[in-house]
Amino acid sequence: MVDTRVTLSGWTLDNPVIPASGTFGYGYEFAELYDINALGTFSFKGTTLHPRFGNPTPRIAECTAGMINAVGLQNPGVDKVISEELPKLKACFHKQVIANVSGFSVDEYAECARRLDGEEQVGLIELNVSCPNVHGGGMAFGTQPEAAAEVTRAVKAACKKPVYVKLSPNVTDIAAIARACEAAGADGLCLINTLLGMRIDLRSRRPVIANTMGGFSGSAIFPVALRMVWQVYETVSIPIIGVGGVSSAEDVIEMMLAGATAVEVGAANLVEPFICRDIVEKLPEVMAQYGIESLTDIIGGAHS
Amino acid sequence: MKQGIFEIASTRRLAPGTFEMNLAGDTSAITAPGQFVNIRLDGLFLRRPISVCDWSDGELTIQYKVVGRGTRAMSELRPGTRLDLLTGLGNGYTIDGCGERPLLIGGGAGVPPMIALAKALLAAGAKPTAVLGFNRESEVFDVDRFEALDVPVVLCTAGGSRGVKGFVTDGMKAAGAYTYTYACGPEPMLRAVYGLSTADGQYSFEERMGCGFGACMGCSCQTRYGAKRICKDGPVLRKEEIVW
Repeated sequence: MVDTRVTLSGWTLDNPVIPASGTFGYGYEFAELYDINALGTFSFKGTTLHPRFGNPTPRIAECTAGMINAVGLQNPGVDKVISEELPKLKACFHKQVIANVSGFSVDEYAECARRLDGEEQVGLIELNVSCPNVHGGGMAFGTQPEAAAEVTRAVKAACKKPVYVKLSPNVTDIAAIARACEAAGADGLCLINTLLGMRIDLRSRRPVIANTMGGFSGSAIFPVALRMVWQVYETVSIPIIGVGGVSSAEDVIEMMLAGATAVEVGAANLVEPFICRDIVEKLPEVMAQYGIESLTDIIGGAHS
Repeated sequence: MKQGIFEIASTRRLAPGTFEMNLAGDTSAITAPGQFVNIRLDGLFLRRPISVCDWSDGELTIQYKVVGRGTRAMSELRPGTRLDLLTGLGNGYTIDGCGERPLLIGGGAGVPPMIALAKALLAAGAKPTAVLGFNRESEVFDVDRFEALDVPVVLCTAGGSRGVKGFVTDGMKAAGAYTYTYACGPEPMLRAVYGLSTADGQYSFEERMGCGFGACMGCSCQTRYGAKRICKDGPVLRKEEIVW
């Protein structure tokens, strides 16, 4: 019997498989499809202090081995998430969840995180300083070490639960930003968010995405995400949630060997709605195939 | 929603660039005309959402126009090929409250879902009339299908080489009195129908989708009752909730 459990800042998950924010709503759409209690946990839709409709459509574009989205943090706002979405989720999910928080100012991040920190259903706060689809917020906080540190400090001061900072790959030195977040008190890191990308329609000769650019995700970005997890693991001592292009149990193990303690699955949920359940079911078999008894043992195992 | 493997039973060219595909598989998740399926295709990341033209126990018919890589790849598939489908997506049309003489208004690739809708309305005792619009005579398809159901067809072609000259709005004027409008087609057509129709109705919208089942918020639109997802809360919106 293999052991799939992993621990994030004192929170032990049955397995490391976590649907990523923005690909799993607030959970209950998927709960109609399968018992989502099989998951390690999941990260809910990026939530802001105030409700947001997001960007104009088209928000989606096809790419080779991936897709671009420019949703722009559509969400009902933190108060409705607490009063409506979390109670609905409670009926079908009996574990704690990761609260993905975004904002447009340090104060907004801190206030939104503070409100979610008070919810017993929330296991940890995932601080999204890396959304490429909003102006004047999101990624602006995640591309400079000083700004990332400032928002990390403010959210840490507002929360009792562990705070994990979700980092952008759209930077020259992700290790420097990771170190700045660690120094500012982050309990862990989550990487990577989407890569900034675009497509042009040949007929109209205009960008496919109404917002011109969007976040590129899907299996194409797995090697980039893996490389960044590797680099960040070399430089920080806090846990890392690895995310980017993961779509199989083998990818989960590879990401953990690079240094991830847990692994998020994003775009793959949108094309294979049962994929996280399938990965959870397949993990023990793949672990046995590679002689892994406990997943915790292999975290960072590829580093010498 | 269900995920299932379907086998292509037959394919047929309906008009240049427009094709029909009959598939065998579990159709139990399909509950209303106007719903769609989302098709996984080799080498493409996103599934392709295609409206249901007609279905019965174990059989599914889709009709589609080749507009890009996905639909082109579909048009090249041969009978016997197995496809991974998500079925039972979207809300579909409701047939209550449409009165005795509903108009079914389909433009181009918006025509197919009107077949199953016509059948459902006939079964409920209504007397639907179909108003079908195409750019040109060579693109016309499905008129025979409506006629086989004894549904009167007002055919419109933009150039007037067959049927009424003009758009579906010109066809609506020729269709006589009606109690309700069901519409599916490109957005400018929906808007024109909405502007002209004196009756209540339901309008089916199109948008680029990520997942097709409500998870990604890729296809959201504003309605009078807040944001809705075209894939999950739509694609059919009631007239009174539409915000243009």
